[in-house]
Amino acid sequence: MSAKPILEKLAVLADAAKYDASCASSGTVKRDSTQSKGIGSTEGMGICHSYAPDGRCISLLKILLTNFCIYDCRFCINRASSNVERARFSPQEVVTLTLDFYKRNYIEGLFLSSGIIRSEDYTMEQLIEVARILREEHRFGGYIHLKTIAGADPGLIALAGLYADRLSTNVELPTEAGLSSFAPEKKPETIRKTMASVRVGAEDAIEAAKSRLIGKAMPPRFAPAGQSTQMIVGADAARDDDILKTATNLYSGYQLRRVYYSAYSPIPDASRDLPPVRPPLMREHRLYQADWLLRFYGFERAEIMEGASGGMLDLAIDPKLAWALQRREAFPVDINRAPRELLLRVPGLGTRAVDRIVAARRLGKLRLGDLAKLTASVKKVLPFIVTPDWRPGKLTDSADLRARFAPPAEQLALAL
Amino acid sequence: MREVVLAEPGDFAEWRSAARGLLASGVAPEDVSWRGSEEGASLFGDETVGAPAGAVSLPRELLEIAERVICHRDPEVPARLYRIIWRAARDRQLLARTTDAEVDWLRKADKAVRRDVHKMHAFVRFRRLGEEAGRESFAAWFEPSHRILRLTAPFFQRRFYGMDWAIVTPDARAIWKNEALTYGPGGTKGEVPGSDVVEDQWRTYYGAIFNPARVKIDAMRAEMPKKYWKNLPEAQDIAPLLAGAEARVERMREAAVSLANPLTDKWRTRVPDELLLDDDVKTLGDVARAVDRCTRCPLYCNATQGVVGEGPERARIMVVGEQPGDQEDLQGRPFVGPAGQVLNEALEEAGLDRTRLFLTNAVKHFKFEPRGKRRLHQNPTTGEIDMCGWWLDKERAFIQPDLIVTLGASALRGVTGKSASIKSMRGATHELEGGGKLIATIHPSFLLRLPDRERAAEERAMFVADLIRARELAA
Repeated sequence: MSAKPILEKLAVLADAAKYDASCASSGTVKRDSTQSKGIGSTEGMGICHSYAPDGRCISLLKILLTNFCIYDCRFCINRASSNVERARFSPQEVVTLTLDFYKRNYIEGLFLSSGIIRSEDYTMEQLIEVARILREEHRFGGYIHLKTIAGADPGLIALAGLYADRLSTNVELPTEAGLSSFAPEKKPETIRKTMASVRVGAEDAIEAAKSRLIGKAMPPRFAPAGQSTQMIVGADAARDDDILKTATNLYSGYQLRRVYYSAYSPIPDASRDLPPVRPPLMREHRLYQADWLLRFYGFERAEIMEGASGGMLDLAIDPKLAWALQRREAFPVDINRAPRELLLRVPGLGTRAVDRIVAARRLGKLRLGDLAKLTASVKKVLPFIVTPDWRPGKLTDSADLRARFAPPAEQLALAL
Repeated sequence: MREVVLAEPGDFAEWRSAARGLLASGVAPEDVSWRGSEEGASLFGDETVGAPAGAVSLPRELLEIAERVICHRDPEVPARLYRIIWRAARDRQLLARTTDAEVDWLRKADKAVRRDVHKMHAFVRFRRLGEEAGRESFAAWFEPSHRILRLTAPFFQRRFYGMDWAIVTPDARAIWKNEALTYGPGGTKGEVPGSDVVEDQWRTYYGAIFNPARVKIDAMRAEMPKKYWKNLPEAQDIAPLLAGAEARVERMREAAVSLANPLTDKWRTRVPDELLLDDDVKTLGDVARAVDRCTRCPLYCNATQGVVGEGPERARIMVVGEQPGDQEDLQGRPFVGPAGQVLNEALEEAGLDRTRLFLTNAVKHFKFEPRGKRRLHQNPTTGEIDMCGWWLDKERAFIQPDLIVTLGASALRGVTGKSASIKSMRGATHELEGGGKLIATIHPSFLLRLPDRERAAEERAMFVADLIRARELAA
């Protein structure tokens, strides 16, 4: 199709992939090249091999197979009607790039996505072909993340899961209304069905492993790093509450490992009705914090929303602190007696700090000085805890508690 | 005062054999002085390594930590480590005393070494030397903060088994060749090629994947400290990328929205499929397509798909359940989950062939409440059942069954439009408006929820009896 040199294609097709927030290369099976005598390993924990000046880690070669697309989603730089420069890699070219980069220890593996060309099935087949060549012809043991093409045949999804460590299907926008207005060709039910087939594929593989005959080889693992999704924040009118509602439904329905929230960032050649603003990075950050509270801290969505107003999270302070300020009657918490679940609700205490506290207090009463060794944020914790040598007194209920934590109002720069 | 001279700083085996001897001979930490060999020869050299008087057991975790911490460049490390194992031999709980000052130091030193190991895994950059007999060889120069080469080399061995490589550091080098890992003396940067053929591609990628609209320099520097930059080929591009970022964003913002690409229509081969209107539902197949796009009630928002009935169009018996469950929602077929299993067994026992029945639900979309990683089934409201009755009626109209078996109260409501109790309806056969007969029984999921075994067996027998009656009625 295109006779562009590799370097130019790489520039176009990596640029087109930079809006996807996911980067993880962790949580897969432990695998290395000593048996296969090929190249590549995964050891559970992913490695960030570099960092871009936008603070985001570079763990995988994140590119599109092509940025041609028959869809016309308005938030997307690659939509059919966009005037962006187009390019297309052959599967072999992607394989060569991946191996060249991997052997120099630049990357943990490949994150391959694509614009939709010809049909969903054709595009999905092309993505699978790249993974197949890497795994079968080159005994590549590194990490592979394939973007599934929503609407592709479930048989293709099942095949993709045999080669990939992770599969992901982007929901794109958090609400049905947003999707139908910005991406009329993308159907929410198609996206959900594709996610469902990933979950069914994983469950079938587990079932097959359980029911195998003794002595028979284990059937291949299906996408051992699970599935994830991404939604764009700030392009449409969805509120944080809507976003978290969608996230909780997705977590429960499709056993997602991660939901990525991607602040809408202005794209060149934008559609007229999109906000040409700075990406709402703080909002994105607060959503990730709220997501963490849902998954690791035992919070319900409705509780997180107690600290919000009008369905939007507080941008000045983190969601756990915002919740605690609304629920002061629950504090202070006794560090030496409170159960784990309650400690997890103390602003400033993370899961690791809580684990350390629970372990350390078995061997003796914890005092304020001890706490400094177990958590980095003693100052933040003070109004919410009790130790033998510390009581917050009126601090917990003081009216200016929020002001203690919120960043000071900034003097706006004057234009000269 | 005993004096121990360590010939090779960072060598765990050497430190361990010295420490083991001291510990076994009961030499207290304050009576030992640890020195590196570069600090000059010792007066009391070998005096320390006495014969172990007895095995001293230490927690395995402590030894694992010590093996890492010995690589730390702090010259105090051998002595501090000895003090800790001295204490640990007397206090099995020592490592758990995270508030103890020395344990705190140990944890922090360990963390620093582990971080350095992690950064080395990440930031080593191989450069290609050449290829011989189909096997490529590479070399890398790296300057770790601590003496961690031996901790990291096995990682590279596992990862790059299929190629030859060497990593040169100021302290030592690791070489992987002929499927063997060996170590040698430290070296200089000059021993490794100054560039690589794919470095331009890598730098192109680095520049392209950076989003100029989200500059966050501090986040980058926290994870990729400047001290590593001089050996990372992409790092030379950081300054120019940052310098150009603002202008790139500005250009994006100012760029007038251009006209649609003229090729748009050529690429867009399809139009979005049109919504099926109620009047367009002319066959059973249309029902399936239309239900999937049904937005009559809000249940469609969270369910995966609409699940319609399944079975031959000439089925004499139609079995109606409540709504799809978790598995039905994922697979798009009725009665494939746990309740479906119960139903299958009961049908078989009653002598009914599932493939000859038309199985469907009163409500076509799954209603649930998300709870962590699970979806809890929620009963549909009568409003939802009545709304969805439109589809059930369509299915009935196409199948025209002689007999309808309703499973549970929701199904009964869906078929009759009335909320009667199953108890009052059960055991009799009812004539349906518009033709056909009705048998009302319980939903198989009811059997799954009964904790009392005896009661469950009783209920199950009654359920099978209802199905047998259905078989006889339709015969």
